[in-house]
Amino acid sequence: MVKDIFNRIYLFLIFVFLYAPIAVLIIFSFNNSKSRANWNGFTLKWYLQLFRDPDIKKALYYTILIAIISSIISTIIGTAAAIGIHSMSKWKKSLVMNITYLPILNPDIVTGISLMILFIFLKVRLGFVSMLLAHVTFNIPYVILSVMPKLKQLNKHLYEAALDLGASPTYAFFKVILPEIMPGIITGALLAFTLSLDDFVISFFTAGSGVTNLSIAIYSMARRGVNPTINALSTLMFLSVLILLFIVNKRTSKDIKEEKN
Amino acid sequence: MKKLNFALFLLIILAALGLSGCSQQNKLVLNVYNWGDYIDESVIEDFEKEYGIKVNYDTYATNEDMYVKIKSGGSDYDVIFPSDYMIEKMINENLLQKINLDNIPNFELIDDQFKNLDYDPNNEYSVPYMWGTVGILYNKTMVDDPVDSWDILWNEKYAGQIFMLDSQRESIGVALQKLGYSLNTRDVNELEQAKQTLIEQKPLVLAYVGDEVKDKMVGGEGALAVVWSGDAVTCKQENPDLEYVIPKEGSNFWFDAMVIPTTSKNKEAAEKFINYLCETEVALKNTEYIGYSTPHAKAKEMLDEEIKNDRTAYPLPEDIANCEIYKDLGDFVSEFDKVWTEIMAQ
Repeated sequence: MVKDIFNRIYLFLIFVFLYAPIAVLIIFSFNNSKSRANWNGFTLKWYLQLFRDPDIKKALYYTILIAIISSIISTIIGTAAAIGIHSMSKWKKSLVMNITYLPILNPDIVTGISLMILFIFLKVRLGFVSMLLAHVTFNIPYVILSVMPKLKQLNKHLYEAALDLGASPTYAFFKVILPEIMPGIITGALLAFTLSLDDFVISFFTAGSGVTNLSIAIYSMARRGVNPTINALSTLMFLSVLILLFIVNKRTSKDIKEEKN
Repeated sequence: MKKLNFALFLLIILAALGLSGCSQQNKLVLNVYNWGDYIDESVIEDFEKEYGIKVNYDTYATNEDMYVKIKSGGSDYDVIFPSDYMIEKMINENLLQKINLDNIPNFELIDDQFKNLDYDPNNEYSVPYMWGTVGILYNKTMVDDPVDSWDILWNEKYAGQIFMLDSQRESIGVALQKLGYSLNTRDVNELEQAKQTLIEQKPLVLAYVGDEVKDKMVGGEGALAVVWSGDAVTCKQENPDLEYVIPKEGSNFWFDAMVIPTTSKNKEAAEKFINYLCETEVALKNTEYIGYSTPHAKAKEMLDEEIKNDRTAYPLPEDIANCEIYKDLGDFVSEFDKVWTEIMAQ
């Protein structure tokens, strides 16, 4: 009984530490004053201002565009790569998987700067294309890592059986393999989408004239004081990421349940 | 499902390429790189309409962020807004183009006291955009001594009520000027003394803060704080008990100016843009939006009496007589870094 209460308090404290800052941020997005110290009444004006600000609108447009395109491209590349890696011999597989882990472990700033140097060396103009390529690059490993477990669970005789029954390899791939690993692919795509959505460091180094994303736009406001429209925006971003994560988690738990059955 | 995804993907790519393609081919494009939240956005639209030039507007948070982008050579910005010492550094590194002032007739509207300053002695590279000072913001209800010197920040009466800036050049500068040395010293001994002075002061300091100092002072959490004048104006509007003073020993006064980097391919359009920002109406709009002081003589005259005559925003010549502009410290900056780290580690 005592242990039970202790458990609850512990859990409660963890949630307070994790969510108190976000809660404050959300509350102050409705504050009728620029100050972050005093509460001057409820307002939605920061939300209205947010949708009128052309700078933020532009940043939002590029953030979402890049998140969508980069998650789709990296999902396709990552899935193909995962299937290829899966059928490799043992030592080759572990070698390639370790190489895949590297970009994840690598600090963002190193990835960002090296990509910037690469783009300049290749004379790629920094802008939309360079930022998109950078996002695709850092998203691919995450897709591979979420598709791999699904491939491992896959019964390899399934594909052979399909071939035995007269399916062509392509047909068997689309009709047998793909539906089986689809949950992993979708999880990977959503993960890539959220990662791309909130990336700052890599985007900062690879963005160029005329293209920026929300993280950069917010950061650059820091000098003159973060304006409450940013609270409003962060609230909206937090909610959308929360919803996405919710979907991802729901999918994963559903998968686990299905497997148990 | 897969097919649909793929079709959608193609569609988006095409849309993106189409959008970026047409906007870049039909019109002349000007790439502007400015501090975040540092212009009245309507000004950009008006410029686009008037001149038929499309403006790509991006923002940065620090001089150093901007410098990395320009120096790396991967960008193609036409107009940027660095601060004084950064302009000096960029001129020395050949990153800036000379501006043809014949193309900027509005330059003569800039107050003469802001021309030919140390960072650009012959005014060949820059046109000032905004300016301000560093000083002490204090709460009249909490401080009963006269505030006119940096010494008050070392007064033990106010222990635990003092905010210093978490910014190395500003805080070391305060100590240097308190001791009567230059902000731009390259003397290791003077710097060492400044370090000792700041370490002495540390028990009195409530916190080294950044932007949050505004909220804290407005909320009455401290009695004295080192702030930038632009922030002081904002704070005074929110809490009338606050007052701002430029200490008699002198202080820093700073400029953000418009320059054209060598990466620019449209110098002519860039000059048009700079000239446009110097039009009286436009300069007025910007200074009203940003709340910092404008170097534009006519725009200043058109401001509300209250702001125009406020010595916080527009100090009298005698207030800034001892003020210094930051110079690029070159390699000596590593000494400042070292001293700052030692102070922070105490």
